[in-house]
Amino acid sequence: MSMMTYAQAACAALAEAMRADPAVVALGEDLGRGGVFGQYRGLAEEFGAARVIDTPISEANIMGAAVGMALAGLRPVVEMRVIDFALCAIDEIVNQAAKNRFMFGGQGRVPLVARMPIGIWSASAAQHSQSLEAWFAHMPGLVVVTPATPQDNHGLLKTALACGDPVVYMEHKELWGAQGEVDAAQNIPLGQASVLTEGSDLTIVTWSRGVAACRQALALPVLGGIHAELIDLRTLWPWDRATVFRSAAKTGRLLVVHEAVQVAGFGAEVAASAAQETGCRIRRLGAPRIPVGYSQVLENESRLAPEKIAAEVQALLAQPR
Amino acid sequence: MNNERLLELYRLMQRIRAFEDAAETASQGGVAAWGLAASAKPALVRGPLHLSTGQEAVAAAVCSHLERRDLLTSTHRGHGHTLAKGADPARMMCELFGRATGYNQGKGGSMHIADFSVGMLGANGVVAAGIPIATGAAHALKVRGLPQIVACFFGDGAANRGPFLEGLNWAQVYRLPVLFVCEDNRISATTPTDAMTAGEGVSARARALGLPSLKVDGNDVEAVHEAAARLVAEVRAGSGPRLLHAVTYRIKGHVSVDPGSYRDPDEVAAAMEADPLRLAAARLLERGVSQAEIDRIVEAARAEIAHALEVAEAAPWPEAGAAYEQVQNTGAGVWR
Repeated sequence: MSMMTYAQAACAALAEAMRADPAVVALGEDLGRGGVFGQYRGLAEEFGAARVIDTPISEANIMGAAVGMALAGLRPVVEMRVIDFALCAIDEIVNQAAKNRFMFGGQGRVPLVARMPIGIWSASAAQHSQSLEAWFAHMPGLVVVTPATPQDNHGLLKTALACGDPVVYMEHKELWGAQGEVDAAQNIPLGQASVLTEGSDLTIVTWSRGVAACRQALALPVLGGIHAELIDLRTLWPWDRATVFRSAAKTGRLLVVHEAVQVAGFGAEVAASAAQETGCRIRRLGAPRIPVGYSQVLENESRLAPEKIAAEVQALLAQPR
Repeated sequence: MNNERLLELYRLMQRIRAFEDAAETASQGGVAAWGLAASAKPALVRGPLHLSTGQEAVAAAVCSHLERRDLLTSTHRGHGHTLAKGADPARMMCELFGRATGYNQGKGGSMHIADFSVGMLGANGVVAAGIPIATGAAHALKVRGLPQIVACFFGDGAANRGPFLEGLNWAQVYRLPVLFVCEDNRISATTPTDAMTAGEGVSARARALGLPSLKVDGNDVEAVHEAAARLVAEVRAGSGPRLLHAVTYRIKGHVSVDPGSYRDPDEVAAAMEADPLRLAAARLLERGVSQAEIDRIVEAARAEIAHALEVAEAAPWPEAGAAYEQVQNTGAGVWR
């Protein structure tokens, strides 16, 4: 076990994979200097410019090249800098990477990890703050991963690198500095949620930055005495339906919390599935359907404030089971 | 070029022509003209069929310089490239017929025709999308220290999409072993390309990036062969990417149901005169090859494709459950 930041944990996991397999390469803008968030720090020095590839600002080609690299025997890690910029490469991830294995009848495999940091990045406004995980979860062929802790960022990145299919790997822009203990030997499978607290009053399902926001909400005095079962999904595709259904059936109440816009968010998928399977009471909390504003006052409207979560918990508990 | 080489290219062009003629007939319901029983059955080839009729010289001549282990990406008009790279026409026809024995097990069809076993990494339904993929494949070859090269076919319309610029820049920056081949059929779907392309076109854009290019008459198979020989040799020698701009003509419409009536009949008539198969046959005759020999080549090509049709028509359909396979493997089961 060692104490690491979320960024260091990912860097350590990638370094481990690169040492073990010469086919693993990383490509993206500014990687040679350690990446925008330091999540590639030291890798260029250790593995050289041929394996930690500084690229032009050329997102479509970064992603498209990664597809070609994967088809020609490499296991590329593709850095999109922020998910907002990955929209410049949407054909390459959706039409090329995601469809390749199926469309060519299994002739090709595309084992790539596309890192697309999500979420509000304080004071970075509408084009650097989006949470677009639902878009990618909607796409057959893509695995979608949303780690919330340094431990999960280490374990899930290694799992993603071992997956033979394209993985959209969504770190949160405001979690890079988050610290935590990391056990480098811990393996975290895809599709396995983490039950962070056990409880009987209600189930809260969240992921990514939502985990910390929910923990803060549950520590508020106004929720004192309430026993919530807090679940971090960790991967959105495949998502851990069994754990969510078991918990929702037990507590009879489900609140889904995410930073992404609530309308047509992935919370709707979780809520509808749980309603169908368990008949539980359900509420959802996501951002209003507005672009993220620059001014703190405006940005806060899109943020997952603990008070908003607490209000949803209270509203849900006020309903009969 | 000696007669044997020209005959070889002519055979390949005739096979491509026969394959596409047969596929077109099958898309219209029957394959009677190809020796199978006439019937009022529904189309044997469903969906869009983009034919490369008139463009065969580019596919044949460029691919004649590629080895089996070299890689290739193609466009939505990819039958010719796939055949020229060495794919089996019967398995290709099975794919067009949507059968389980097709290269893609019926999951891709004409627009995604591919044979990875001969390095053909796929036709693509998105214009210019093969360019970054080819670039990345070339980058992988370089990182892995392998001696192969990549050939990347794209059309004139692709030069106006971002991935063209991004891919050429990338390939030149990293000096990658890739030959870009612009198969310029002069029309983007139904609109003349020169009406919507600024400047001098694809060769000029390559030059602006410092990427050497050659422009040739794409209907003259010997000219394409000669230019490709030079460029492929340079790419193999590690000189970095090269671009071949082959100007040809698409005799058919954009897609099988499109008669192409938006075109000037005189232009089409001129194109028929300049048909690369016709030009190659005339040249063979001039050089003393007999008409009987040429007729035998045409017959052999049609016989091979007639057999492909028979194989495809008799081939099994995929199981419905196959629709859930090869989507992805997350190790956590499949959710429908």
